[in-house]
Amino acid sequence: MSGTSGGVDWLVAVALVLVTVTATCAALTRDPVRQAAVLSALGLCLALLFVAVQAPDVALSQLAVGSALTPLLILLTVRKARRTARGDGARPDRSPGNGDARREREGE
Amino acid sequence: MTRNTRTTVFLVAAAVLAAAFTWACTGLPRFGTDTHPYGDRAVRAALAHRTANVVSAINFDQRALDTLGEESILFAAVLGAVVLLRRARDEDRADPEPRRVLPSTRLLGAALLPVTVLVGVYVVAHGQLSPGGGFQGGVVLATGLHLAYVAADYRVLRRVRPLAVFGALDATGAGAFTALGLAGLIAGGSYLENVLPLGTFNQLTSGGTVPLVNAAVGVEVASGVIVLLAQFLDQAVEITSPGHAGPVQNTGGGAPGNPPEAS
Repeated sequence: MSGTSGGVDWLVAVALVLVTVTATCAALTRDPVRQAAVLSALGLCLALLFVAVQAPDVALSQLAVGSALTPLLILLTVRKARRTARGDGARPDRSPGNGDARREREGE
Repeated sequence: MTRNTRTTVFLVAAAVLAAAFTWACTGLPRFGTDTHPYGDRAVRAALAHRTANVVSAINFDQRALDTLGEESILFAAVLGAVVLLRRARDEDRADPEPRRVLPSTRLLGAALLPVTVLVGVYVVAHGQLSPGGGFQGGVVLATGLHLAYVAADYRVLRRVRPLAVFGALDATGAGAFTALGLAGLIAGGSYLENVLPLGTFNQLTSGGTVPLVNAAVGVEVASGVIVLLAQFLDQAVEITSPGHAGPVQNTGGGAPGNPPEAS
């Protein structure tokens, strides 16, 4: 940790607390959909921590992979699993988007 | 191997590892001091090759072979996912129909798509100068492109993302990295040697082979992630598996105890 001034150490401490809290939340969340959202927040907190300890390259990687890519892959996997469970084998799934609650079916 | 043998082998291995790790840690420089022997050498080597971003100098010049290994892992992982998630013989493909998208979502997606792609290209192109590089920018590019899916629908995404092209680009990026290494071997005498003119410090063209390797990684990561996400999207949206006529319990994404519809 290269925090030479008190301000940087303070930032590191806040980021560490944030990471601990969100990581605990992620571990305690059982529903994968919510877990994806919490993981996204955890990625953001980790990125803040990496910026605070002066590792912006790692922070960018963490932001791109941890906050965007991993939750997206989890959500897509959950979607596939639920479609299979719902028995949509014969009928095409009509939702092209990523949230059934956010979209309504078009009149066609 | 019986349970007891396994436990014994594990305990012996763990004891040896713990002893060796402790021994190795005693030889490390103290934590939190002002002396950074490796950092000083890395910065000096980066400046000697006129690369402003020392992290990129380490990734793509000083330890480029390590990065080649990492990129090969990513390439192999994407290849494995493509093989695993491809459409099986008994699966059907059904075209998803478009649905109405909230105007605000459409506006936000349409406005953010070009901005995100531009940021991704910037991060890749300035990898040798500022924080970021091929990997970070590549992931930003790949995920940013999927705003087309959020803002419009799957068919629009398929149009902006010709999968065959990105599959070929993925292989090209991986191959270009290896080829640049061979070029160093032929022109300089060692694999991945920085043989190109080093240019002016803090200019886009500085760093010799660093910008080229960085660009190859950017192309490979962006295409690799796009291909990977495409396989997941295909499974989630298009491919319908047979033999699941009735509701099946406990498939709520690996969370036993949750009903499949919980959200």
